[in-house]
Amino acid sequence: MSTTHMNTHDAHEAGAHHDEHHDTGGNTVFGFWIYLMTDCLLFASVFATYAVLFMNTAGGVSGKDIFELDFVLAETAALLVSSITYGFAMICAHSKNKKGTLSWLAVTFLLGAIFIAMEIYEFHHLIVNGHGPQASAFLSAFFTLVGTHGLHVTAGLIWMFIMIVEVMKTGLTGRAVTRLSCLSLFWHFLDVVWICVFTVVYLMGAI
Amino acid sequence: MSDHSSEAHSHGSVKSYLTGFIWSVILTGIPFWMVMTEAFDKGPTYITIVVLAVIQIFVHLKYFLHLDFSEQGKLDTYSFIFSAVIIVMVVALSVWIIYASNAMMM
Repeated sequence: MSTTHMNTHDAHEAGAHHDEHHDTGGNTVFGFWIYLMTDCLLFASVFATYAVLFMNTAGGVSGKDIFELDFVLAETAALLVSSITYGFAMICAHSKNKKGTLSWLAVTFLLGAIFIAMEIYEFHHLIVNGHGPQASAFLSAFFTLVGTHGLHVTAGLIWMFIMIVEVMKTGLTGRAVTRLSCLSLFWHFLDVVWICVFTVVYLMGAI
Repeated sequence: MSDHSSEAHSHGSVKSYLTGFIWSVILTGIPFWMVMTEAFDKGPTYITIVVLAVIQIFVHLKYFLHLDFSEQGKLDTYSFIFSAVIIVMVVALSVWIIYASNAMMM
């Protein structure tokens, strides 16, 4: 679609088109970045909701009672290490090292899966102890905020699994590298969101 | 061509990723340590963990998301700055409005 657009465009203003050296891959990654910026706004709204509701515990538990910081620290470590292992996967992808890319992607996937497993365990633990999202406005906001992040990470894991299969089958084509670049932005972006989550929710809640 | 422009968005070296990672470990470790040991008063702890979180976000933006002001990267950076302004307004003004109306109803 964009090629035809470029062709008709070029006929009219050949030379004036300073984006000619951009191929669709670069544009795709930029477009994905714009999507991530809108996703930022989603998270901003959920954070604002949490900031407004966190004191309304309806006589029930507050953050200080239910947060286990050493557990959260382990979750944080898994996500942080997964960020750098994804970075190594991208370095391998750019140097066309298929085996290296696949290995680092597998390590990243495993770390992301550990993070999600720990989060599910935490949620389950809270719900069976009667601290489910229906118990108070604080817990509703908590589950919404942390759950939204968790759903994003889960989506990232599914995407990563698909990319592992694609790279295994067709190798590191230009298309695969573009897709890996988008996933790279997504994954590192989720780590940035997690910084806000552990600071605002867990650390501030536990002080 | 394709390699060139995707690299422009994600050109990192092992060294730059490691630098970012080490900074992140330090900037994550200090706030957790402060809160878990309760070694400091509440006020200074709040301020420190917020400041360290903001610094860590910048570390991630620079070393992992590769935002910069180069010819290739500045569009990403400008769109991020725009979003950041909107986010600060959405979050700060919502909190301000709700807390102010809450105070008025007391």
